[in-house]
Formats: sequence, C-alpha cells, structure tokens
Amino acid sequence: MSEAIFLTLKLAALTTLILLLVGTPLAWWLSRNRVWWKEIINAMVALPLVLPPTVLGFYLLLAMSPQNAPGGFLKEHFDITLPFTFEGLVIGSVIYSLPFVVQPIRNAFEAIGSQPLEVAATLRASPLDRFLTVALPLARPGFLTGAVLGFAHTVGEFGVVLMIGGNLPGETKVLSIAIYDHVESLEWTQAHILSGGMLVGSFALIFTMMLIEKRWGRLYR
Amino acid sequence: MTTLNACFRGQLGDFQLDFEFSIPSRGVTALFGPSGCGKTTLLRCIAGLNFLPEGKLEVDGEIWQNGKQFMPTHKRPIGYVFQEPGLFAHLNVKRNLTYGRRRAGIKSSNDNELHELTGLLGIDHLLERDIHALSGGEKQRVAIARALLMKPRLLLMDEPLSALDQDNKNEILPYLEQLHSHLEIPVIYVTHDRREVERLADHLLLLKEGSIIAKGEIGELLTRPDLPFGRAQDAVTVLDGQVRHYDARYGLSTLQIEGGTLEVPDQLGPTGVYKRLRIASTDVSLSHQEALNTTILNRLPAVIWKILPTDGPSLNILLRIGNMGEGSPLLASVTRKSVEQMALKEGQQVYAQIKGASLLGSSSTTQPRAHCMTPLIACE
Repeated sequence: MSEAIFLTLKLAALTTLILLLVGTPLAWWLSRNRVWWKEIINAMVALPLVLPPTVLGFYLLLAMSPQNAPGGFLKEHFDITLPFTFEGLVIGSVIYSLPFVVQPIRNAFEAIGSQPLEVAATLRASPLDRFLTVALPLARPGFLTGAVLGFAHTVGEFGVVLMIGGNLPGETKVLSIAIYDHVESLEWTQAHILSGGMLVGSFALIFTMMLIEKRWGRLYR
Repeated sequence: MTTLNACFRGQLGDFQLDFEFSIPSRGVTALFGPSGCGKTTLLRCIAGLNFLPEGKLEVDGEIWQNGKQFMPTHKRPIGYVFQEPGLFAHLNVKRNLTYGRRRAGIKSSNDNELHELTGLLGIDHLLERDIHALSGGEKQRVAIARALLMKPRLLLMDEPLSALDQDNKNEILPYLEQLHSHLEIPVIYVTHDRREVERLADHLLLLKEGSIIAKGEIGELLTRPDLPFGRAQDAVTVLDGQVRHYDARYGLSTLQIEGGTLEVPDQLGPTGVYKRLRIASTDVSLSHQEALNTTILNRLPAVIWKILPTDGPSLNILLRIGNMGEGSPLLASVTRKSVEQMALKEGQQVYAQIKGASLLGSSSTTQPRAHCMTPLIACE
C-alpha cells in the first residue's frame, strides 16, 4: 500500500516540476505574443481539459509503441521503451496535466499587464531581468495555483495511467489504480483507507492553497 | 549639457505624428495639449517604449534612434515617471527606490543622496513601508524619487499629477517646484493642465492632433494673443526678474524686469539671481494716470498691445511694460464696462497697478532661461 502512495507522490512531484519548467515559458509566450496562430497552440494546450483520458491514453500508447514511428525511433536509437514504465507515465502525466499548470500561470502573467514591465525597462532592467525580477514575483499566486492543481490532478489520474501504464506494482501501480484494484477484489477496508486518505489530503492541500492565496492577495492589492 | 533633437514623423497605430523639435539643455519643457493630441505617444517614443520606424532622436550628440539604429529603453539614461505610479507591489518603498539605482550602476553605499532626495520629497519616513500602505500622493512621490535616483540625463514625466485628486496634486506641486530649481538636467513634462504649465514649465511645445502648433519660452507663449492661454479668464503672466537689492527696513526686494522694476515682499536671495514671478491677470488693474493715492506699490507705465476676448464676462488686456511698450508682456483682466468707460484702445499708454506678484516656488537660477527651440536635425 505504501508503495503505491510513494509512487504516486513521486510521479506527481516529478510531473509538477517538469510542468513548471516547461509551462512557465509557454505561459509567458501565450500571454505576450500576438501572432494569429497563438490560439491554435492555446487550444492544443487546453485539449486535455475536454478530451476523455482514455482517448489521450490510447493515442499516447500508440505513439509510444515501438511498432510506430516515435516509439520505434526511441527504441532504435536510445533503447528506450515507454509503455508500461514509470517514465512513460511521467510523459503521459505531463501532457495530461499541462493545462492545469499553464492556464493559471498565463492568467497571472496577463493580470500583471504591460505597465510594471515598461516601468522596469525605464529602470534599466533588460528583458530577462524584467522577467525574473518583476514578472515572476508578481505572478506568484498563479504559480501556486498551477503547482497545486497540476500536482493534485496528477495524483488523481486514472484513465491515462490505465491505458499506458497498466498495473505493475512499484512501477506503474499508482493510488487510483490501487483503489480500483481493492474494490474489484472486494477489499473494502483497504479501499476505505486509501480513499479516505486521499479525501483528507486533497482537502488539506486546497485549503492551504486558499489560505496562502488570501494572504498574498492582501499583500498585493 | 544635454540637448535633445527629435524628429518623429509618420504613422503609429492609428496616430499620425508630425513632430520635429529640439529642447534646451536645462529647464522644464512642457508638452501641452488636449487628450488625444499625441503628447504621451511622443514621450513614449523618446523613451523607446513606442517605436516609430521613421523616427530620429539624438541626445547629447548620441544617437538613440535613426533608421535601423534603435537603443532599447533599458539602455537609455532616462528617468520616466508614469501617470500611474507603477511601483512594484512585491517590493517595499526602499527596494523600489533602489531597483533602478542599482541597475544604473550606482553603489548602494552612497546612501546620502538617497536620504537627501527622499527628504526633499518628504518620503524619508516611508522607506520601510509596503507599497499598499501609501496614499496616492506618496506613491507618486516615491515614483519620482525612484526615477531621479538613477541620475538620469533626461527626465520624462507623463502627466504625473493627473491620476491624483486635487488635495494630492496640491501636495505634490510644491515638491515639483522645488525639484525644478534643483535639477541640472532637462525635463520633458506632459500635461493638459494649464496651471501645471504656468507653475513648472520653462519652455512649451503646444501640441494639437499629432503636430506642434507653437513652441517657445513660457513667458512669451502664455501671453501670445493667438494662443488660448491669453484668452482664459484666469490667465497669468510669468516673468523673470533679477534681484537688484533688498530693503531690510520694509522687508521688500526689488526685482528688475524688462521695462521696469517690481517690489516684492521678502528677501529673495543674493543680488543678481533670477526669480520667476507669476502675476494673475485679475491682480492687475489699469489707470490713465499714475494713481499716487493707493496702497498698491507696483505701478508701471505700459502700452495696451491688444484687447482679447475671454471665455468669461471680462476682457483680457495684453500690455507691454514700459513707456514705449518695450518691456515684457503683461495681462490684465478688466470688465467690459471699465473698457468702455475709460475708452481703452490698443496703442494707448496706461499705468498698470500690480496687486500681487507671487513667486513661483523657490525656483531660482543664475541665468535667464535659454531660448533655443529650433530643430537642429533635419527630417527627411
């Protein structure tokens, strides 16, 4: 049981970290750029919000399969097989949780407006300097929301994991799969412990986030 | 000595710009005009915040923009004060103040300057405060200090008082007037408020619909009969006077102005210093002969140059001080009834009684203001 909990936390933490690294420049670009095809990228980022997870998992499985071009390329050149591995799960989770991290950060960047950055430019700050010392700190609430949502969403992932990860203990058997397993085999006690733990943990996470947001909200307005 | 030569001609967004001008190396140049005349756009072009491809800008002989050459905003040695203070909400007052200063390469050990300036602007007690704990007026003073602490070679101010209520405006204006006399650098000050122009500006660019309709020295433009200033009900005259001597017995200083002298209360400074005077047209009355039995000290011979209609019930009489009208222009506000009864006509010799000549801030210079407003670079 603890194996599944540890694996889930590891997956969610790693996914959130990668999403913050990838999502920040993407959110910045989406909030500042005015090219016409920006909305296409935007729609692609938002797609996992509406797409059934099984559909996403199905296509990811196909893409990762060594029989097909992307998976075959990885197998041939790097000897990497992604389906039914932890690494495969990380990739799937990153794609699946992308909008939950990018949207709040993008909204926070947009809420800053252009003025603080123009002010910083007149105060001799170069573009990178402006991004690091003005945009990032002012968008802090968006990063908090994005990180929490991305983390929580990855913890709760089921359909994608089932499609590309299966049910290998210690490798791909995450919490939600474990709960499903317990219910299937009528192990109600174990299912109760895990589900109750998730309920309490999720509430604590969201509640803490709201408290911090409220505090920052007071500071920034 | 900074001199700025600019030429911004072309289309920017849906704005048609046609600006070509120079500004002198010191003093405040006001960009004055109604909203939508392009004054903020022009200021943003000078700062490099807007890019007009056909623009040309040269400051101190250094090219900031010309053809493909374009110096980005963060490399221009400017200070910029925006309409909204634009303080960084995640930094306290002190760290806001030092944000630009550190990046301009000024050592933080040199804190005397910081304290001197914050003292001058009356914000030295706020340094450790958070931004959201400040009033609107305090925020704008912090923003002004933040710009000045970088030791810019050119200060750009975009309607710094317009977002403030009247109380806050009145609170900041005296500080601005004080700065005016301290600053050694040119200031470009955008405003649509005539009072700010009268109190702060040395030179004026009058803008309308993307082009310059008049430019020159403030005293001259405020009294020019073809411009709106002289036709306002509460018109004022701004004069430069040189301190001649101080009469300690009565506490009066004598100032030499073009075409005459004025006696003004208080010791205004050492002999030879120039002081700026502001005379409201409603404080000037006229008589045919010199009125000797009056408490009004300042009675100057003058010639009626032009009688101007105003937006109110009275008329503005544009005078020239001196027996032959050889001196400075001066505006007097007179009712239509008096004009008829006294049969005042253009070209007539009269006496102007000046009830009050208030000093403008504490501004003083050792030399009269420069008159160089002719463009030095050519637009193609």
